[in-house]
Amino acid sequence: MTLEDLRPGESGRILGFEPNAMTDRLMEMGMLPGSEVQVVRLAPLGDPMDLKVRGYHLSIRKAEAALIQISKCEP
Amino acid sequence: MSTSPSVSVALVGNPNVGKTTLFNQLTGLRQRVANFPGVTVERKTGTLAGASHIEVVDLPGTYSLTPRSLDEQIAYEVLVGRMGKTPDLVICVVDAGNLERNLFVVSQVFDIGLPVVVALNMIDAAEENGLKVDAQALEEDLGVSVVPVVASEGRGMDALIQEIHRTSEPAPPFRWKLIDAVDAEIPPLCEQLAKESPDIEPVHQKMEVLRALAEDEALDALRPQAPMFAKHVEQLREAFASRGIAWRHAEISGRYGWLNPIVNRCVERIREPATLSDRIDSVLTHRIFGPMIFLVILVGIFQAVFSWATPAMDLIEYGISVLVSGIQSILPSGWVADLVTDGVVTGVGNVVVFFPQILLLFFFLGLMEDTGYMARTAFIMDRVMKRVGLSGGSVLPLLSSYACAIPGIMAARTLGNERDRLITIMIAPLMSCSARLPVYTLFIAAFIPAGSFLGIFGYQGLTMFSMYMMGTVMAFIAAAFLRRFIFKGQQSYFMMELPPYRRPRLQQVLVRMLQRTKIFAVRAGKIILVCSIVLWFLASFPVVDSDADRLQVEMQATQERDTQYAEAEALLLGADIDAQMLRDSVVTSDSPLAEAQRIIRNAESDYRARMDSMTIVQQSAQIRGSAVGHLGRALEPVMQPLGFDWKISAGLVSAFAAREVIISTLSIIYSVEETEEGFALRDAISADRYPDGTPVFTPLVAISLLVFFVFALQCMSTLAIARRETNTWRWPTVMWLYMTVLAYIAAFCVYQGGQLLGFT
Ligand SMILES: Nc1nc2c(ncn2[C@@H]2O[C@H](COP(=O)(O)OP(=O)(O)O)[C@@H](O)[C@H]2O)c(=O)[nH]1
Ligand SMILES: [Mg+2]
Repeated sequence: MTLEDLRPGESGRILGFEPNAMTDRLMEMGMLPGSEVQVVRLAPLGDPMDLKVRGYHLSIRKAEAALIQISKCEP
Repeated sequence: MSTSPSVSVALVGNPNVGKTTLFNQLTGLRQRVANFPGVTVERKTGTLAGASHIEVVDLPGTYSLTPRSLDEQIAYEVLVGRMGKTPDLVICVVDAGNLERNLFVVSQVFDIGLPVVVALNMIDAAEENGLKVDAQALEEDLGVSVVPVVASEGRGMDALIQEIHRTSEPAPPFRWKLIDAVDAEIPPLCEQLAKESPDIEPVHQKMEVLRALAEDEALDALRPQAPMFAKHVEQLREAFASRGIAWRHAEISGRYGWLNPIVNRCVERIREPATLSDRIDSVLTHRIFGPMIFLVILVGIFQAVFSWATPAMDLIEYGISVLVSGIQSILPSGWVADLVTDGVVTGVGNVVVFFPQILLLFFFLGLMEDTGYMARTAFIMDRVMKRVGLSGGSVLPLLSSYACAIPGIMAARTLGNERDRLITIMIAPLMSCSARLPVYTLFIAAFIPAGSFLGIFGYQGLTMFSMYMMGTVMAFIAAAFLRRFIFKGQQSYFMMELPPYRRPRLQQVLVRMLQRTKIFAVRAGKIILVCSIVLWFLASFPVVDSDADRLQVEMQATQERDTQYAEAEALLLGADIDAQMLRDSVVTSDSPLAEAQRIIRNAESDYRARMDSMTIVQQSAQIRGSAVGHLGRALEPVMQPLGFDWKISAGLVSAFAAREVIISTLSIIYSVEETEEGFALRDAISADRYPDGTPVFTPLVAISLLVFFVFALQCMSTLAIARRETNTWRWPTVMWLYMTVLAYIAAFCVYQGGQLLGFT
């Protein structure tokens, strides 16, 4: 499953990336394989997403979130 | 530190961690803003309090030393010494509440081989949020001095300054570990690179190798000077790939692998995290309330910018008119005085008068940035911007452009994607800036009836609103078009940190507002000053000599006046008036004396009226015969289909200096004093007629002109700034052409279409 599939409030652990223009920057921002990510909320129009990684909020689009494989963390 | 005459200290860190706040604390008001050589990013420097030989530089925020935006590029190049000499010391500013990600770039700075002091900032906010950072432990783990500070309150400054003086040893580099398989291959590559590119400093070698390994662009940059090295790197990549080693991200993983345990050891959670920021977000980015609040804030800001600024603008206008008459009374009248008053003072005044609006806009934008709301506007609007191929990051530059395209174009620098940046620059001038406002106001007041639609929406207000809407909608259409046909390829992406909401510091916001306004004033002011002078010459030369005509008119007028005087005299002589009567002024209204006085009064006012209208005729003749007049008349055939006569065309030529200049040009052409009421011009243009008696300005012509102004790029300063920001004349040229063509077509459609529909 990918990050896009998570609903607000759910979190997952990153397994890997489908490489794209953003991958390097995402990893520099602390989204590495093994990191935990929580989807906090969606923007009013449903896109982009507000994520919580390493204790801070980062916003990316669903299209890019769909390129991040995760395993869902059970609450 | 040594006490050599000049020691430079660079402030480095992520965006929004308090670098500028710290910079202001360290340097006080001893600041200078200039540009980095070759690019337009501001280089803010200042000297340290009590140590004037120490120069502090505030660098643009950066998440990593692998640069991805113009701003980040600058930070990187300064650190590795590609922009002047390398700094003697780096202060890494980090946010104590978000340590792990903040330390990422710090670990990269360590590897450059410069002395480093870490300023552990925002410890107040971190504590409020339930986090306690052990600075002592952090210092041990990182191997450099760590000074806890609260930049916004000036706490910890003395300790930081002491460390600045004390630190001289380079930070210990490469404390993190690469995975062994990759690590083993690095030394031979370093040797190879050293052989082929001996000018790369030894301390930077390993950095360069790692970058070349991970980044295609970095590798391509090195290829010309080190072809063998490049080949080795490529072979190595293939070898890694076939062995399933994650070489591309080896460096990033290595750094976080080092930092993660450090942060776990040094940061302690003493309380549950504060949820205030999250709760604010659940309202401000709420599905329904979020966009509504955004809209209300926008409307509020515009209302404030346009209405609060009015008294100050009136005051400035008054000040300028006082200045003009002051100069006129000092300088002997002649063309020098005219140049100073009509050219320089009025020209510069045309820009200065917008300062209140621009100051206010910068104030509100600064407030939005400082509170953290600006990032939310990008978050809310990204979906909309995506539709036209942009991202939420363009919202701020485009919003600023409503005040003035210049700060808007400059604000586009933060965009990580070069295509996004260029498109944003290209469409920014379509947002109706405040220089268009006086033009809108004049023509709407003169030609749009004051009534209202359904009793609520005034026609004038609606027209004004449609002008803004038209520009905005066209900007989006242009963006979609540019993305589709000109800047093809690479989809834009969106990644934005949503910082916690913070209480804004008024002082900080005010300082930033003043600095930005100053940059704007200097950038635009110079160009507009030059243009005003040039335009004054174009309007004043060649000199049209009408003195002979004036003399003739004067003679005739004098003659007529004398005739009337004689008539009055005859009346008085024929009457029986004694001296007593004259003294007591016992005059009844039908007495011969009263009659004579009336005749004399009439004679005088006739004379004055004739001479005044002669002055008007002369001034009009001057502008008609001047270069501007010739240009206007040369353009008239082209502009006729839009409903513009030569006077409007001449006004458009002059408006190229700055849009609002059309008003002063029309004032001269119509020979009305600008200062006098302000309605004079309005009345004059409404009364103007073609020789056949039809009015020059009809509501349709006015609307056509308004539409032209919405789209046309009538602004030298914008072109100049676009040239500087894109480093080529290509984009400014394209920008001017497409906007002018757009303006022409739109005005053509309005005028011709309107006539077909039977409007006048
Ligand atoms: N609570 C708190 N806020 C701070 C501190 N230092 C800076 N700020 C605020 O953080 C925001 C960003 O600061 P700024 O200096 O513009 O950051 P820069 O982007 O790194 O230059 C501003 O609103 C500052 O007032 C601090 O020590 N504590
Ligand atoms: Mg700053």
